[in-house]
Amino acid sequence: MSDCNETLRELYLFLDGQLTEEDRVHIQQHLDDCSPCLEAYDFEAELRIVVKSRCFEEVPEALRARIAKALEREQQPG
Amino acid sequence: MADQATFAEQAMPLMSSLYSGALRMTRNPADADDLVQETYLRAYRGFGGFQEGTNLKAWMYRILTNTYINSYRAKQRRPDETNLDEVEDLYLYRRLGGLEAARSGRSAEDELMDTFSEAEVKSAIEDLPENFRMAVLLADVEGFSYKEIAEILDIPIGTVMSRLHRGRKALQKALYDYAVTHGLAERPDGDPEPTPVPSAPGTDH
Repeated sequence: MSDCNETLRELYLFLDGQLTEEDRVHIQQHLDDCSPCLEAYDFEAELRIVVKSRCFEEVPEALRARIAKALEREQQPG
Repeated sequence: MADQATFAEQAMPLMSSLYSGALRMTRNPADADDLVQETYLRAYRGFGGFQEGTNLKAWMYRILTNTYINSYRAKQRRPDETNLDEVEDLYLYRRLGGLEAARSGRSAEDELMDTFSEAEVKSAIEDLPENFRMAVLLADVEGFSYKEIAEILDIPIGTVMSRLHRGRKALQKALYDYAVTHGLAERPDGDPEPTPVPSAPGTDH
């Protein structure tokens, strides 16, 4: 049970890849053994993917061209 | 020392990431265009100071963030305080993760995740108080480490962690409100009147 509390407390550090190797392995082992904690982990991991993918933006061609041109101007001597 | 001639080759592929960040920061396409262009010009001029082998995206994000803070933020400053006392960790999961609808095929969770439209997720992030917004954006959307975020925002790692912690709660609260409007969740008890859900343009459900 204390492992569950610890796992849920450290879940974001785990997802963020910010745990020491030892702590990471510890949490990973718990997730392998505990389906309720694994469910919480899957939910948060999935949510992260959803948030990231929904925020993707295609750069407008006009902006790309504008910046390329501005950089070219910078390169010209004088 | 980085060679300016290689700048475009290395930096142009990062533009969609920087542009997406600029849009979330400025919440305005015209400002985002200008902010990204200015970032590229500053980065080009200062490219000699970039240390090869370090993370170019983090270096450019630092320029983007500084430019935003110095030139754009003043126009549209919003209060940073928001009451998150009643929002616990894993807020969304504790309310919605248990949705085990006995449906065949796709899981209830997939359905829940699909329900959040692009416009809703963007609004949920853009409506966060600024300090939280920047931290969440850099970690959850751009995937920077705490250390990189600390360097980009020029704040201690402890501050990064606390802003992320609070920002993620606020984000989950906002997403929960959208789930409620989609009929996937009920208004929480003791919350008599719906918190106004920011209208998300182009929501198609």
